[in-house]
Amino acid sequence: MKLLVCISKSPDTTSKIDFTDNNTKFNESGVQYIVNPYDEWYALVRALELKEQTGGTVTTITVGGAADDPVIRKALAIGADNAVRVDAEAGDAYYTAFQIAEYAKANQFDIIFTGKETINYNGSQVGGMVAELLDQPFVSLATSMEVNNNVAVINKEMVGGVEVIELNTPFVVSAAKGMAEQRIPNMRGIMAARTKPLEVVAPVACDQMVSFETYELPPAKSDCKYVDAENMAELVDLLHNEAKVI
Amino acid sequence: MSVLVYIDTLNGKIAKSAMEAVQYGSKIGTTTVITNGSIGERSLAELGAVGASKVLVNRDLASDDAAQTARLVKAAAESINADTIVFSQDLTGKAVAPRVSAALKAGLASGAIALPDSDGTIKVNVFSGKAFGKVKVNTASRVIALTPNAVGVEAGSGTATVEEFSADLGNSSYTIKEVKKQEGDILLPEAELVVSAGRGLKGPENWGIVEDLAKSLGAATACSRPVADIGWRPHHEHVGQTGVAIRPNLYIAAGISGAIQHLAGVNGSKVIVVINTDPEAPFFKAADYGIVGDAFEVLPKLAAEIQKLKAQN
Ligand SMILES: Cc1cc2nc3c(=O)[nH]c(=O)nc-3n(C[C@H](O)[C@H](O)[C@H](O)COP(=O)(O)OP(=O)(O)OC[C@H]3O[C@@H](n4cnc5c(N)ncnc54)[C@H](O)[C@@H]3O)c2cc1C
Ligand SMILES: Nc1ncnc2c1ncn2[C@@H]1O[C@H](COP(=O)(O)O)[C@@H](O)[C@H]1O
Repeated sequence: MKLLVCISKSPDTTSKIDFTDNNTKFNESGVQYIVNPYDEWYALVRALELKEQTGGTVTTITVGGAADDPVIRKALAIGADNAVRVDAEAGDAYYTAFQIAEYAKANQFDIIFTGKETINYNGSQVGGMVAELLDQPFVSLATSMEVNNNVAVINKEMVGGVEVIELNTPFVVSAAKGMAEQRIPNMRGIMAARTKPLEVVAPVACDQMVSFETYELPPAKSDCKYVDAENMAELVDLLHNEAKVI
Repeated sequence: MSVLVYIDTLNGKIAKSAMEAVQYGSKIGTTTVITNGSIGERSLAELGAVGASKVLVNRDLASDDAAQTARLVKAAAESINADTIVFSQDLTGKAVAPRVSAALKAGLASGAIALPDSDGTIKVNVFSGKAFGKVKVNTASRVIALTPNAVGVEAGSGTATVEEFSADLGNSSYTIKEVKKQEGDILLPEAELVVSAGRGLKGPENWGIVEDLAKSLGAATACSRPVADIGWRPHHEHVGQTGVAIRPNLYIAAGISGAIQHLAGVNGSKVIVVINTDPEAPFFKAADYGIVGDAFEVLPKLAAEIQKLKAQN
């Protein structure tokens, strides 16, 4: 099977979030970038497991500048065979999806994996857009997946429960928690990643549909009001009469 | 403005997040609802009370298949010349809104938490709720996916007209083998009150006090990630950056330290109560009310006081 995994970079989950240039840009100073957790832990690892079972290749694709290369090498160290970087600052989700779809059209994959969402923009947009652009099924929020002879059985989250579905390849799937377990790259993987192919391709022209104009932080929380552990009557009173939430 | 709101009524009821989306749409323009499912005409007409003028119902769509649902929404949008299409950013919205956006070339503002500003920009959640962004949509029409529980609903007295709507849905992209409905009455992403606990509870056998408090409040239960990872609680209860993001009116956290990844999923809550034995626990910085104390003592006492309050009212 030919598998494609969409890899994005995201700020480390402990990063301090603030903005510069009149609140128009994310302040990157001191920020460590990681592979977006959903892409790494769930999408990539499940793709690697499928390859180990049935043979084939795992290619990663990233829309981003050269600064994304360390994150791409990490994906290679975990076990992807080769990587593609579309050399453009990822614009909006549509721009990103368009680039991925164009590459996929030219290269025909059996399954395209995305993460559930990026933890910086949290759009949950790219996967569905790629599927629409390729006119393929989109399985959103898969929590487990088995594939045999091009037939996949997938557990996916739905409103109020889980649905077990069956479909034929090709399709696009977004990976949520449960799909796989995180893999820590070993020394051999890290060494091998240095020489694995990372192909840089030029972007295809595409207009952005949305843009982020400004950012803001939530208003600072007022101080915590402490209530004595023996006095739950007071807490209930505060929740009822002051906060009015119960 | 002509607004189309998609709501999912497949499981026979209208979720609160669906009503929020309808009312949100009605504040932007004349609102038509498109829906699927087996829900009766009379209940659908009641969507008029939250601002719908017309409800289009399609009874052919039998699943939450994103490709077919997107075709349905696209056909409805074209039939009413919609310039704004609203979804709830729930599990169905996450699958369908991007497809519709790409199909109609209508820019998607995902995770909206407020109505569009006078300049047309839309405030959305970014960085897992740690910040907001203002999104400008540069296309002629737009798609908005509304964060559940971000805007309230107030019911008025209007009624909507209901019409059957058919469209070419194409083939289903998958077959459904089985549906496992989640047990429990209150779904976490929709809950207004949530009681949550972490590793401080020591073991799954101690969750009775958490469930009792939740029951006395009519709240949903949640947990921190390690608790789901060790298998003390089911995965769908895990909240945070890599779990469910929630925005209840009240979030009570017992025995949770308040790691930044946990906060990312809950800091949209209106009021946070933290119960922790450690006065230095980072969660207190994000709390509105704090109790330094042992969850094993505090939770039952709190449940008893809540019951007293309920008995009075
Ligand atoms: C990439 C990444 C993503 C992550 N995503 C998430 C996520 O989505 N959600 C999430 O929750 N975590 C997430 N984590 C994990 C997170 O960093 C913390 O490890 C986790 O939230 C801690 O869980 P906890 O508070 O239950 O446990 P602990 O940190 O062990 O805290 C237990 C707390 O209970 C208190 N306590 C002990 N006994 C009692 C008692 N009797 N009564 C009251 N209090 C008591 C202790 O003082 C302590 O504060 C993520 C981590 C990473 C690296
Ligand atoms: N710049 C990018 N390059 C490659 N894949 C991406 C990029 N941005 C997002 N994705 C993929 O799309 C998924 C959903 O992203 P989002 O729509 O931003 O929430 C991510 O988990 C990635 O798998």
